[in-house]
Amino acid sequence: MRKIKEFLIEKLILICGLASIFFVGLIFIFLLKEGLAVFKSVSAFAFLGGSKWYPISEPPQLGILPLILGSLVVTVGAAIISIPIGVGCAVYIAEIAPLKIKEVLKAGIELLAAIPSVVLGFIGMITLVPLVKKVFHLPTGLTALSGSIMLAFMAMPTIVSIAEDALYSVPKNYKEGAFALGATHWQTIYRVILPAASRGILAAIMLGIGRVIGETMAVMMITGNAAVIPKSILVPVRTLTATIAAEMGEAVVGSEHYFALFAIGIVLFVISFAINVTADLCLHERI
Amino acid sequence: MLKKIVLLAAVFFIAVPVFAAGKNSIQIKGSDTMVNLGQAWAEQYMENNPADFIAVTGGGSGTGLSSLISATCDIAMSSRNIKEKEISLAKNRGIEPYETKVALDGLAVVVNPANPVDKLTVAQLADIFTARISNWKELGGKDRKIVILSREVNSGTHVYFKEHVLRGNDSKSAAEFAPGALMLSSSQAIADEVAGNPAGIGYYGMGYVSSKQKPVAVAKDTASEYIAPTIDNVVNNTYPISRPLFIYTNGAPCGLVKKFVDFMLSIEGQKIVLDTDFVPVGK
Repeated sequence: MRKIKEFLIEKLILICGLASIFFVGLIFIFLLKEGLAVFKSVSAFAFLGGSKWYPISEPPQLGILPLILGSLVVTVGAAIISIPIGVGCAVYIAEIAPLKIKEVLKAGIELLAAIPSVVLGFIGMITLVPLVKKVFHLPTGLTALSGSIMLAFMAMPTIVSIAEDALYSVPKNYKEGAFALGATHWQTIYRVILPAASRGILAAIMLGIGRVIGETMAVMMITGNAAVIPKSILVPVRTLTATIAAEMGEAVVGSEHYFALFAIGIVLFVISFAINVTADLCLHERI
Repeated sequence: MLKKIVLLAAVFFIAVPVFAAGKNSIQIKGSDTMVNLGQAWAEQYMENNPADFIAVTGGGSGTGLSSLISATCDIAMSSRNIKEKEISLAKNRGIEPYETKVALDGLAVVVNPANPVDKLTVAQLADIFTARISNWKELGGKDRKIVILSREVNSGTHVYFKEHVLRGNDSKSAAEFAPGALMLSSSQAIADEVAGNPAGIGYYGMGYVSSKQKPVAVAKDTASEYIAPTIDNVVNNTYPISRPLFIYTNGAPCGLVKKFVDFMLSIEGQKIVLDTDFVPVGK
């Protein structure tokens, strides 16, 4: 009886384990099946390199270059803001902060991660957008920069918590060795601990960026959604994710527009898959 | 214990669809422009007929029509005519879209109250929204770059404005919104942005106009009069950008759906149309 029970439970857990892979496979097959159909009417080159996105015109113009670049500008902006702050924060928490401050900071960062993105987007729309408009004397505050700043808040918790773990896992004797050689605290952090934890920090950054590129709601609310090729960070942009979210309801099932949205899904999938694999490789030191 | 859970789950899964598909309920979906109107109708109707239940949701005309096609709603509200493509798609799925005109709507073009520009021709509007005119000083305003605000492509208002203003009803025209136009996801978002942006210009159903925005008077061409978007001007058909609002049902309405559609077109229903800042039909 016990053996049967053991056997059943083992198999049950096995199925649970395989289920996630099975579902990922199914999702990917579905994405490919629906998305690749768009290339019957538009070449891959025209799709990825085209600069005009007018999906409901006759005939539709399906060029997603402005959308890719829009996502890129917002992501790079968010990375520039969130990486220094996030890594700095992780170093402070892991190495410098006294225990009490450390606890408060960690709780605060967890709280930041718990804010739903639509709430961040709403707050951004009310406070950040008018501010950006005023500070830079722009015709409108709905710009890539507003999106970047808001997304930086979303990437920071991921970066801080994973980078902090990486800093903790640097062996104690590295630090002791550095102190024994007469290095100051800052020299130890900068020359010994950071390099030793660099892979983990890189993984933290990658996962943070992965979160930014997949984010939808907040960017849709505050980036203006204009499908132009951005010439600076101070113009409105339209991201890949916002395009899918905004247009999926309208797209007639089986139309070119519908297939094109799935093809955008493939592009997004490939980008975030690449980012996650890079992060994974960094974490497991196999580069 | 486990058995109980399984049983509960089974009851839940069987019971929920029964509730959802109760024969006294109607699902209505579609145009964001019409969602307030639809809700007002539903509330009054349910007050008169407490046994019936009507759920109204927005999402855009395209969203409503595609859920009518996939048979997930009973009535689709639409601020534009159904497209050929959608009709053929519906027929493939055994659905016959049936059109009923339920109200009229004037599309107001709004600017910030601080903007000195207060009248434009349809041709000028087309030039603004396609970015052939890009600075307010070309129209007698201050030296500011025009910020174009539009609805997303799932909006019937977007499609109507493109076909009737940008393309001037010319089906061969290929005019498009300027790529730099900001696409906002709701009429309210456009209203808020116009209220706070002296360089903005947007469009939406005149029900959304408040004192924080200034509707501009529109003339068909330079020779005609500039007409303000008011209910009277839409009724007497002088305001150039007005449109019919439709509902689509699967086949001619029958049963509960017919009862509700008849209510919409009744004197009481059309009074609600007027109360929600739209224009009654059949006057």
